[in-house]
Amino acid sequence: MSIQRYDAIIVGGGHNGLVAAAYLARAGRKTLVLERRPVIGGAAVTEEVFPGFKFSVFSYVVSLLRPEIIRDLDLPKHGLQILPLESTVTPLDNGDYLASWSDPDETRRELSRHSQRDADASSVFGRLMHHMAMAVKPILGMVPPDPASLSPGDLAGLLKLGGHFRSLGPERFHALHKLMTMSSADYLDEWFEFDPLKATKSASGIIGTFLGPRSPGSAYVLLHHHMGEIDGAFRAWGFQKGGTGAISDAIAAAAVAHGAEIRTGAAVERVLVRDGRTTGVALSSGEEIAAGTVVSGLDPRLTFTRLVETKELPSDLIEGVRRYKFRGSSGKVNLALSGLPKFTCMPGEGPHLRGAVSISPSIDYLERAYDDAKYGEFSRNPYMDIVIPSMIDPQMAPPGKHVMSIFVQYAPYHLNGGWTPQKRDAFGDAVVKTLARYAPNIESLILHRQVITPDDIERITGLSEGNIFQGELALQQLFFLRPVPEWAKYRTPIHGYWQCGAGTHPGGGIMGASGRLAALEIVGMQ
Amino acid sequence: MLKTSPFHPRTAPLVRAQTWRRWSGYQMASAYDPHPDREYAAIRSSAALIDVSPLYKYRIQGKDAVRLLDRTITRDMTKLKPGQVYYTPWCDAEGKVIDDGTVTNLGGGGYRLTSADSSFRWLHMNAVGLEVEIEDISERVGALSIQGPLSRAILSAATGADLSSLKYFRMIETRVRDTPVAVSRTGYTGDLGYEVWVDAARAVELWDALMEAGKPYGITPTGVWGMDIARIEAGLIMLDVDYFSSHHALIESRKSTPYEINLGWAVSPEKGPFNGHRALAAERKRGPAWGFVGLEVDWDSFERLFRARGLPPQIPNIAWRASAPVYRNGAQVGYATSGCWSPILKKSLALAHLRSPHFAPRTAVRLEVTVEHHRKLANAVVRKLPFYDPERKKA
Repeated sequence: MSIQRYDAIIVGGGHNGLVAAAYLARAGRKTLVLERRPVIGGAAVTEEVFPGFKFSVFSYVVSLLRPEIIRDLDLPKHGLQILPLESTVTPLDNGDYLASWSDPDETRRELSRHSQRDADASSVFGRLMHHMAMAVKPILGMVPPDPASLSPGDLAGLLKLGGHFRSLGPERFHALHKLMTMSSADYLDEWFEFDPLKATKSASGIIGTFLGPRSPGSAYVLLHHHMGEIDGAFRAWGFQKGGTGAISDAIAAAAVAHGAEIRTGAAVERVLVRDGRTTGVALSSGEEIAAGTVVSGLDPRLTFTRLVETKELPSDLIEGVRRYKFRGSSGKVNLALSGLPKFTCMPGEGPHLRGAVSISPSIDYLERAYDDAKYGEFSRNPYMDIVIPSMIDPQMAPPGKHVMSIFVQYAPYHLNGGWTPQKRDAFGDAVVKTLARYAPNIESLILHRQVITPDDIERITGLSEGNIFQGELALQQLFFLRPVPEWAKYRTPIHGYWQCGAGTHPGGGIMGASGRLAALEIVGMQ
Repeated sequence: MLKTSPFHPRTAPLVRAQTWRRWSGYQMASAYDPHPDREYAAIRSSAALIDVSPLYKYRIQGKDAVRLLDRTITRDMTKLKPGQVYYTPWCDAEGKVIDDGTVTNLGGGGYRLTSADSSFRWLHMNAVGLEVEIEDISERVGALSIQGPLSRAILSAATGADLSSLKYFRMIETRVRDTPVAVSRTGYTGDLGYEVWVDAARAVELWDALMEAGKPYGITPTGVWGMDIARIEAGLIMLDVDYFSSHHALIESRKSTPYEINLGWAVSPEKGPFNGHRALAAERKRGPAWGFVGLEVDWDSFERLFRARGLPPQIPNIAWRASAPVYRNGAQVGYATSGCWSPILKKSLALAHLRSPHFAPRTAVRLEVTVEHHRKLANAVVRKLPFYDPERKKA
């Protein structure tokens, strides 16, 4: 038994855990972060998988890191440096392409090449989404009020929210309702005609979920992209210099500067509970560390059924966690390349290699990719989001060489017959083969290949069923329902035991909001 | 008709949006891309290649070269060793700044002075009775600034020279391939960086060699817009934007002493007589009437002003150059002259002239901002310059 005693222990050094630690330490709490792996960051890690080649192994772009966290923790001082990721190019099966550039007029002209109508609709659509994102955005910074509750705190939160929605006006409120209920394919059908455009836009609605573009509920996620645009000044959308691990490092450095301690290679076996309140944690080494507050950055399944004995918890909570859907649906292929890929649709080393390449030629293509997964297979022709980080940050690879990050969907966690090394290789082959259809020289460039299945994600990071968002970002488990009704405010039934992972509101992506809101609840600053 | 730089044959095809600007009578790129995000990012992340040929350049030599320069600039010329570079202002007899630039000891009794404005007449006026040759080499010498964390790796590859021993504000002569160049560890970005000086006739060769050597390191041709954001972060002042030359100021109040524009450190109190030394000695005793400082805009207050209008905060993606009043306790205490959103610090910054005693660091002031056609005041706090100062700049 250690004589060390902490005010707060954070279980898991993922980015939310680190954010929570930084805020707790900033509030004067003696805080310790315990990370099982030798590196901090959880799914936001940079690792030199092959000598000289650095990869953002899992999460690879910054999505919506909250500006208030950047400011409060002074992350730029600690190494946050987000570089622009400006374009998206979708190669088409007829040898043409669809591109979106950083300059809106260029994008509009490019779009009008395919559909004059869509080019015009695009700006009207953009304005509508802007207004809805403005209304919805405050939700990211608030503890979700429970609409079934009549407590003053919940009512105040609901009123605030109601105010935001009322300010939308009827037309936009109706659009919001559609966004909440429709599939992204149907929603985009109301606006656009050019199929590859709809496919590429709808892709953001399916990432990390076990939904296809025609599944109801997938439209809502489109809004998230527009929220990033509102925070545009903060580069809420981009590439962190040094990979996503450098964001974790920056947050960790801020936490340490405020006095937090971080231990790696320290796996928490169990959260200690006595008489309904937590007393600390026990490590797998047998060491016990005392603390009055224990905050789990792990996902809801691990938080409620692994770290504590289920007998400590009400059975409806356990049942809620059991119902909570993980079912990881995505994989990752990381390539070390001897040179740059040549895309048939855009020969040469143009600006498209500094942005994202989206393999989403049509809605049908994406839906078929989903069909494979629905019946327990990985997509033979998957949706892929490809970036070449070394084109944006040359220090990710040796001079003249490159790293390529390929996000792949779908790769179901529950694969028929389970994941095996052979299946993993076959999955990697399918990805490279698909890419080779658009960039035929890719195979000759590959120096090394790292294939990551949902099974690998779970094994390495601990994320249950390999779900990258600690549970699907689907409407039935968002906001006051995340992770389960009545326990959506970072608390647990065990006194002093808290949750701060992406499995709580608002969850998902390198946002940090869950960690911040949890910490603010703990110190009672909200 | 504007002049074109010796690098123009290479830069012109890259200026995609024809975003050109005037710079000392030259036609120069504001940015190569339609907007400068990526070019700015190169300065702070990889390496930017910036054509700075429009700088005025003079070669000064002869028995009295040091005497001329020592009488002109505010720093002590007798201490400038061969291969060393000074950044310095120079003043009129009243101690008001005329211009700022660099002086390089080229060795062998030769010196190079660079300036933002033409200095030929002023140098000649100061050379009366001196044995010195002043040669305007502005058009004969091309200059490329290579700035950013990977600039050293690129220049080392291009020159084969060991640049790790070239210290901050030092210069060496070397070759890029077969082209003789001078490389000085100087720049206008506050980052690790170098300026490469070349015979204008061989400028294109230099450009090609640097672009080729820099390719694996992400070298990025960068225009004035990208550099402008970096120089504000670095707290570097700009003639005709942040201050007026005393030679051009129409009224007395537009003139500034070095102390009033944060260049007091570059005035040597010990050196022999020089233009303005008496006035500056008096000012040192008295204390300057103005300070030139950084302002950091409080984001929450800025955001509130926009939210009141139903808008997200709007910031330009290039630096602004305009006069914005600064208030404290309801009274105007100064004005900001330029500012920008700093992508690396994630802050809205401004450079400002504030009256004594309001320029002490951490003083809370209010900066006028225009929000949807209405003049509003955002909270801001006085910061010491530079805002951004990475270790690699001097390491």
